[in-house]
Amino acid sequence: MNVSTNVPLGGPAEPLAQRLAELRGPAPQRSLNARSLAALAANPGCHRRAVLDAAGVDKTALAARLGRPAPFGQSPFAIARGVIFESRLKADDYAALLEPLRAHLGLPAGDGAPLEVPDLLHRSGPAVRADRTAEALARAAAEPEAWTLLDHPMLRLEVAGSAAYLEPDALVVHGGRCTVVEIKSFPVLDGSADPAKVGAAARQAAVYVLALQQHAAAAAGRPLAADPYTEQRLPGSPRTSVLLVCPKDFGNRPTAVAVDVRRELATTRRQLSRMTDIGRLLAELPAGTDFDLAADQDGVPARTSEQLTAAVETMPAAYSPDCLSTCELGFHCRARARCDDRVEQLGRGVRGELGSIRTVSAALAAATGADGTDDAAERLAYAAALRAEALGVAVGAGVGAGASAEAGA
Amino acid sequence: MSLLTTLARLQAVRSGRAEPLATVRHRHLSDRPMVLVPLTAAGESGAPLAVMLGTDRDAPRLHLVPQPLNRTLRFDFLAELAADLLPYLESFAGDVEQIEGSEKDPETGEKTQVFRELCADAPQLIVPNGAGVRHLALIGRSTRFRRTVEDEEPGPYPAPARVPLLGRWLTHLTDRAQVPGSSLLLPMTGLLARHWATGQSHLEDQHLAALLAWHAPPPGLTGAQAAERAESARDGQGQLLHPPAGPATDPRFDEFVLAPAIARYDAAVAALQHSAEQRDEAAAERARTAVKDAVGQLEQVLAAVLLPTWRDVWHGLDLLRALPPAGHLEERWTGDRWSYTGHRDRLAAGEPPQPRQDDAVTAARKLAQREREQTRLDVQEALDDPLAMAEHRLAGEAFAGVVTEVVPDYDTTGRSPKPRPLVTLRTADRPHADLGREAHRVHGPSAQKAEIVAVDPAEGTVTLRVLSGMGRRKEPEPGSLPEPGESVTFTLFELTARQSAPLPEPDDTPWTHGGPPGGAPVPAVPSASEEWE
Repeated sequence: MNVSTNVPLGGPAEPLAQRLAELRGPAPQRSLNARSLAALAANPGCHRRAVLDAAGVDKTALAARLGRPAPFGQSPFAIARGVIFESRLKADDYAALLEPLRAHLGLPAGDGAPLEVPDLLHRSGPAVRADRTAEALARAAAEPEAWTLLDHPMLRLEVAGSAAYLEPDALVVHGGRCTVVEIKSFPVLDGSADPAKVGAAARQAAVYVLALQQHAAAAAGRPLAADPYTEQRLPGSPRTSVLLVCPKDFGNRPTAVAVDVRRELATTRRQLSRMTDIGRLLAELPAGTDFDLAADQDGVPARTSEQLTAAVETMPAAYSPDCLSTCELGFHCRARARCDDRVEQLGRGVRGELGSIRTVSAALAAATGADGTDDAAERLAYAAALRAEALGVAVGAGVGAGASAEAGA
Repeated sequence: MSLLTTLARLQAVRSGRAEPLATVRHRHLSDRPMVLVPLTAAGESGAPLAVMLGTDRDAPRLHLVPQPLNRTLRFDFLAELAADLLPYLESFAGDVEQIEGSEKDPETGEKTQVFRELCADAPQLIVPNGAGVRHLALIGRSTRFRRTVEDEEPGPYPAPARVPLLGRWLTHLTDRAQVPGSSLLLPMTGLLARHWATGQSHLEDQHLAALLAWHAPPPGLTGAQAAERAESARDGQGQLLHPPAGPATDPRFDEFVLAPAIARYDAAVAALQHSAEQRDEAAAERARTAVKDAVGQLEQVLAAVLLPTWRDVWHGLDLLRALPPAGHLEERWTGDRWSYTGHRDRLAAGEPPQPRQDDAVTAARKLAQREREQTRLDVQEALDDPLAMAEHRLAGEAFAGVVTEVVPDYDTTGRSPKPRPLVTLRTADRPHADLGREAHRVHGPSAQKAEIVAVDPAEGTVTLRVLSGMGRRKEPEPGSLPEPGESVTFTLFELTARQSAPLPEPDDTPWTHGGPPGGAPVPAVPSASEEWE
């Protein structure tokens, strides 16, 4: 599970960190996690999300202040179920986790080597935890015979100039290499699981693998392999297959499946590299813009909703209906897209279909044949004539009459 | 999504209301459908929480599991559901008609006349959305292999007697729902989305209340505003004014309403147990009342979140019933009746439940059937509905126009000349009309094939040589050809689904597909004692 924590940004990026902290105001910082990175990578063109995530603004609170709260939440029943499932995995020295992993790595069952579970200082700050994880990983990788399990380690990943801290469920280190373990509570039924959920888990795991690859390459003093499909065999580097652990059928017994995430890894790398440098995005913001969500002692907020709305508007969003299920600001951006009459409100595909036409009004004008300048407009006019004829609404609609009245208007 | 659908959506954005995507109703609707609104417990795959069902919109029946984690209570719920649903499903089995057919004698090869029973009508289940169909499939999968108290070896957790039968029916219905155009089990969101476009994306259309909001937005609101209200408006306690159509419940409902109600039930049950141990009859009496009250309270909160969806589904049915039925509905519904009859016969013959995974032959057969039905559905919808035909015209797969000229011509290569008249029509359509390509006349007096012999895009004319459907005489039968001035439509695709090459007999299954049955090791019998907690 990913936990959001305070992340004091430090190191060389001081002016940037300073600017991001100003944007955020005194509110505690929300750290980027693998889920938000995967969502960001799915929509790399969204500057709004990139800046807000980099600044660590609490998007849930922001969405509420903008008047359209995020619809997300987790049922207490689902949380309870997740806890029970994870506790089952940890029973008997992680036996449920190790057996499938041994089989996956082609090792004999029960080779007797005891499992080491180093303390990773879970109560410390993320930077300390990340250092501790790196240390434990290096030590474990140095002993190929040993089995080491890093329970909720902390990884660091540079994203568009700012540091993100990631917390995988577990890492298993053996034979000098590590394997990412992702624990999910959706079931594997008769050997197959919901492809959408497996895909989301794979994208999330790919972010961890990328962070580990970067770390291993940096530790070995080598550049990261240019081809995302090559597996660099460096000490402590991750395998590109991750272990997905899920309940089997309708029970609570775990089953583990190896998932090859090389494709997701390649996509994530490409998308993250396409993300515009945060510094450049910040430079485009008008001076004095911030997203201060704090309130003073009397509960008077530092910024009014109008100020926040205006601040959010300074950053262009790339809305598509998929955002509604992945981004806290989805409802807000949808309302803006509707206000601006943009065609994206109907889906990503529609935009491609309509070519250079960007607004609903322009599309409907093209459909009446008023503006038949390009290919897409001409096709729309043709479609409108066919639709009017079929619905029998156009005046003088007949075969070949080139009906131009707008159907259903 | 085609450009025509996109156009309809754009128009819906502008008008603020749903816009038609069909001029007729393309799915059969039963006179007595069973509406079923299921709810599932969060975090548990396929664990039922409650269901509201019935054939009378004014008399929904509610069944629920007071503690979704308790296996015994879950079985009690499934037994109740079976007792409620199975009589409906079985009520169509008795009324049959005899269908004449012929069968080849395997030894002599002679054809003999046989009669097969076909049920006169079949059941129809309507659920709110696609997730509801998947939930029923999960219930089917989790119950159809259960052993019951009536089995020789009931195993550790025997289920009530009719529960596996319910599982087999649900499996059959959800499987049939995969066949394009079938109507035994239909999700309301799918039905509405087929017939109307809203001014929102396909993704948002999965929310039944939001989808319906576009049909009847309250005065002063656009469809988009009404849909957003259905999606997100909450009351003072933070509960959604319009609960989601399920099967998943709103997390905040789980947290603030359902969890306390279940906790109250658990406490009452614990008190009852305690008093039984203490042999305290007075306390037990009090505890029994408390349990009853707790169940009553659960019924109340679950009914409150189910009823809005229940009404939505019936509202959707009203909208759909207002559309005239399409011409080919009867034919497709007959396929559903055969499907129902087939399952009835398999149950009567004592066949085992559907396997967890289909064998190669069954899987290939199902796939071929779905492909065939998809083709048939596309063609039939195009024939039944000018809007569906418009899709094909836009794609260049069909063209409509007015006949300008009919010139008699003859094929004199044979012993007697055959009529091969030339028909020219003026059309605004731009078909992919390569010379020599076959075209088929739509809604002619009989099936009629023609060949494209000339195309003039500048003039907008297409000339076809009619090849068939004119009778057997020297001159075309009167009325078999279109007259000048008449509107005609031709398609470039065939109007009857072509039979695919037959699959080999099960005994001839190639080794690539696992070989003949019996050769491969039979997969272990699915564990009847499968863990389910």
